[in-house]
Amino acid sequence: MSGPHPLRTLESIALIAIGGFAGANLRFLVARLLPGAGGTLLVNVVGSFVLGFVLYEARYTGILTERARLVLATGFLSSLTTYSTFALQTTLLARPLWMVANVLATYALGFSGVLAGRTLARRVGGGDR
Amino acid sequence: MTAIDPAHLVGTGGALGALARVYVSQRFEGEYPVGTLVVNVLGSLALGLVTFAGAGETVVLMVGTGACGSFTTFSSFSFETVRLIEEDEIGRAAANALANLAGSLAAIGIAWLAVRAVG
Repeated sequence: MSGPHPLRTLESIALIAIGGFAGANLRFLVARLLPGAGGTLLVNVVGSFVLGFVLYEARYTGILTERARLVLATGFLSSLTTYSTFALQTTLLARPLWMVANVLATYALGFSGVLAGRTLARRVGGGDR
Repeated sequence: MTAIDPAHLVGTGGALGALARVYVSQRFEGEYPVGTLVVNVLGSLALGLVTFAGAGETVVLMVGTGACGSFTTFSSFSFETVRLIEEDEIGRAAANALANLAGSLAAIGIAWLAVRAVG
């Protein structure tokens, strides 16, 4: 038999599910407070920033454990952010110009968010490595 | 019958969506982030079907907002695209950004056509 111990697999499943439950609900809450493309943009940019920090932190310092990354990155942040709602809302925007603007803004701010998270992870880790 | 709390519907769908994302994206693990592309396109197709078919509120919350929303991901897509840029794979980064957009939009278009054909 190869692969991880069954209980370890079960633990991973539980961590991802808990993160997914919470992430989806925070996205739902933001969508209620800020309906439409604006709320989706907000969760996607904030989620990209925090994921950038968490994954680069793993590379530079590694304070977070593998379990923390599983619940936070794979479960919570990946569920907080969404591509399907972003794509659907883009198609439902009234004007072609708004569609292009939504895609450009989401991409530009999302990628910038990852880079900002990387910068913060480097600062926390005490310089480039 | 008491209505189920929306938070439970969204959360349960979200938990299942997150697990399904990990399961599906791991099948496509490799040098190029194909796993994220696959979940984003499939999830957009499913969200399009749920939306255009005029599903009830319970289904929309659990399957649409919860499961499809969590199955697809923007943060992993962002991170993987930035990583390709860092590795000087500019062409691949651009291809990844475009493939996710074109694939998801096409999936939503297909969902719309499919619902119209059936209905």
